Amino acid sequence: MSKLRIRVDQDKCQGHARCKSLAPELFELDEYGNAHEVGDGTVPAGLEDKAWLAQTNCPEIAIEVTEE
Amino acid sequence: MSDSPSASFLPEHPPVTDWVHDFDHTDPVWTDDPFPIWETLRAASPVVHTERFLGCYMPTTYQAVKEIAYDTEHFSSRRVIVRDVRPEISARAPPITSDPPEHKPAKQVLLPPFTPDAMKRLEPRVRAICNELIDEFIADGHCDAAARYTKHIPVRAIAHMLGIPEKDGDLFIKWIHQILELGIKDENEMMSGVREMTGYFMAHLEQRKLEPGDDLISQLLRAKGPGGQPLTDEHVLGSLRLLLIAGIDTTWSALGSSLWHLAKTPADRERLVAEPSLIPTAIEEFLRAYSPVTMAREVMKETTISGCPVKAGNMVLLSFPAANRDPAMFPDADKVVIDRKENRHAAFGLGIHRCVGSNLARMEMQVAIEEWLKRIPDFRLDPAGKVTWSEGTVRGPRQLPVLFGKNA
Repeated sequence: MSKLRIRVDQDKCQGHARCKSLAPELFELDEYGNAHEVGDGTVPAGLEDKAWLAQTNCPEIAIEVTEE
Repeated sequence: MSDSPSASFLPEHPPVTDWVHDFDHTDPVWTDDPFPIWETLRAASPVVHTERFLGCYMPTTYQAVKEIAYDTEHFSSRRVIVRDVRPEISARAPPITSDPPEHKPAKQVLLPPFTPDAMKRLEPRVRAICNELIDEFIADGHCDAAARYTKHIPVRAIAHMLGIPEKDGDLFIKWIHQILELGIKDENEMMSGVREMTGYFMAHLEQRKLEPGDDLISQLLRAKGPGGQPLTDEHVLGSLRLLLIAGIDTTWSALGSSLWHLAKTPADRERLVAEPSLIPTAIEEFLRAYSPVTMAREVMKETTISGCPVKAGNMVLLSFPAANRDPAMFPDADKVVIDRKENRHAAFGLGIHRCVGSNLARMEMQVAIEEWLKRIPDFRLDPAGKVTWSEGTVRGPRQLPVLFGKNA
């Protein structure tokens, strides 16, 4: 499987926090509850499904998942 | 027009016969079962209009709802309830009634106390509240779950956050009923609720200035506005008004609808009892299928939504519940699928006005359903009772008679 990378678009994120709830290993929240990808957004092996789950549950379509 | 005393005594609305051209979200048929009505409206057009409420549009698709929610240029939030009258705007409740650029700073102040981490700290108290409530009726083998359980959880949680006595919750419930339900058609009820609530909170504000604490009221008094200045009393009062109005019957409704569904769907109930780790996913589905909150906007400038022209001066009934039932967005939109994997529901809104309390609501629902199912795994609707639903802007069961234990 190819490597995945995630990125939260800060202009789109409104802090629904669905990603943090579904994939706590991949996302963190700031003091306002807005989401950011952990580190450089590289998805560790084995967490690919969680990355896609977070992406498909974001109401603002703020999460980009790219295959590298 | 809006200031005339006669506005307080508007006649009851005539029954609806033509939903597409004359819809009315306060009609008893809508209150009882809105879902087939939304299907009819959606089939007719992405945006429908009624002459009622001094002129009001309703987007019927997820796409149209989203377009309006994201468009703060043409659609203002200064009025967030569709009502028979449009009185002068007096009691603001920032940030829900704010537009850009005032919106962002007003919202930033409220966000930190409502993050998921902050909610984790509140969770043990909510769990205790749920069990205190269940203790009161579990031996009876029956209860009105809306009156004895789902209503009190958000009231007591908010009171706890604000540092005010949990027993004052009955007052909150009265004001909310006056403002959100009676207030749609009766100006006096609305104003009386707002006045009493303002007086109550003003007293707490003064007391916190003398004795600051860690509660949310004290936090708001310490917070700095955009210019680095403290928030005005009027601003703090407005935000407290918002937390109370937005934080109580919304979650009461979402919780009630969830229990209502579980009471009448033994397969889903049994699955959640056997598989409690599925509860968070199921809650998202209950939020989608039974979204409680319909918001409003006011059209400020003429524009087009999903190809339909909308004209300034009209209100918009921004139905997130109807959006969440749109089959173009959700496969099997009319079915409750408790393990639905992809669920971009808009129960907490879309765009800048995303519900500030969504993490609180989710935590309360999670804890309340978990504790109920632990102690009352087997329950059903009481065939001798009647389930009744709230009218208007927030939809949920207001009477929910259930049987359990020896009666299950």
